[in-house]
Amino acid sequence: MSNWDNFIFTFFNARVMAEYLPRIIDGFFLTVGLAALIVASGLALGLALAVIRSFRIRPVNWLIVFLVDLFRALPPLVVIVLIYFGLPPVGLAPSGFVSTWVALTLVLAAFAEEIFWAGILAVPRGQWEAARSTGMGFAQTLLWVVLPQAVRLTIPPLTNRTIAITKGTALGSVVAVAEILSQASAGVSFSSNPSPLTLGAIAYLILFVPVVAFGRWVETRFAWRR
Amino acid sequence: MLNGPPILEARGIHKHFGTLHVLKGVDLVVAPRELVFIIGPSGSGKSTLLRCCNRLEEPSSGSVVVDGIDLLDRRTDINAARRRIGMVFQSFNLYPHMTALGNVALALRRVLGRSREEAEAIAHAALRRVGLDEKANAYPLELSGGQQQRVAIARAIALEPRVMLFDEPTSALDPELVGGVLKVMRELRESGMTMVVVSHEMGFARAAADRVLFMDQGRVVEEGPPAQIFGDPRADRLREFLRDLDRH
Repeated sequence: MSNWDNFIFTFFNARVMAEYLPRIIDGFFLTVGLAALIVASGLALGLALAVIRSFRIRPVNWLIVFLVDLFRALPPLVVIVLIYFGLPPVGLAPSGFVSTWVALTLVLAAFAEEIFWAGILAVPRGQWEAARSTGMGFAQTLLWVVLPQAVRLTIPPLTNRTIAITKGTALGSVVAVAEILSQASAGVSFSSNPSPLTLGAIAYLILFVPVVAFGRWVETRFAWRR
Repeated sequence: MLNGPPILEARGIHKHFGTLHVLKGVDLVVAPRELVFIIGPSGSGKSTLLRCCNRLEEPSSGSVVVDGIDLLDRRTDINAARRRIGMVFQSFNLYPHMTALGNVALALRRVLGRSREEAEAIAHAALRRVGLDEKANAYPLELSGGQQQRVAIARAIALEPRVMLFDEPTSALDPELVGGVLKVMRELRESGMTMVVVSHEMGFARAAADRVLFMDQGRVVEEGPPAQIFGDPRADRLREFLRDLDRH
């Protein structure tokens, strides 16, 4: 067998690929679902924390800053493993899927909180004063005047961070989540051939190239509108 | 001409910023329909005094009563009180994510609880008063500085305040845009609005003010009708201030 044939046999083995394609497709949809859950809950929690922080209740803010720094400092994989293996002894036994979802939600929320908070601080004081001078309360001003501007400012950095953390769904393979990487590695073990990994890589590209392109579009779209 | 109880009565206002004593016992009493002008060098405390009048700045001591409401009383609903006090800022502070109409209608809807239709009708009327109804759907960035400031005035008058505070309303404007804003202010005055204006527009003060306050280093140094303040200034510091202005 020539080197070229050997390469094709190893990484693009049609028989192996055909056999494992359905599993990769299953993994693909599971990854999409997991990623969507993480994005929705992570951004919502991050925004909620930033809003709570803007009320500047000192002990509450210390707690928020502590948690945010904690989850920004810990490697996401460590958080996943801690939840998956650490909670059963205290009577909770989250599945690998739930562990990954919760862990990456916490990590995304931590980064999103910092970004939203920076956005809230970046809205000029004069905006607060103008709204308050018309009789709007603190919460009304935050909701109608400050947050719409803050969110707009934060969309580019938020998009990048969201993409980075969503790719962390691959870490779920460590705790037996049947996502793309997990399905691909299983395929490699069963078939003794790396071709399923090639399929897995292609699946990731199909999923994330459009997301990255969307991020780039968002970045240019919002760069000049201020 | 100026009668009835004062609309705005600030007495003995002191304000400290850390170790800095910015206002050293200032009184500002404004009668209905009166236009009071506050002049003075930068750092004299004029803007701080104005901002104490709607509690954007918390006075360190003193009392502020607007339209019979004690602003510094803990039991006072400050948001309800502020509806009666319009404020116009040097940097306009329009909401950049809303149209001119949206800027004017926001508080009408969220503070006064008007329906969208009602709020927009009132907002259109307010924009007509400042001559900008045709720009109702423009965003602030699409407007000139003068137009933005006129929208900001519309935003304040739409709430039908009892008194309007102007904090250097023309200082951020190119000279050719100042006239349009002053014209709106003059019309507002002729409609009977009570106004307190911090500004360097001495021509406007001479023509429109009932009373001029000269502030320096946190105190009201001299006070009187414009003819006296500009024609026959007593205090040395006021004379010096007016001389410096002439030189520019």
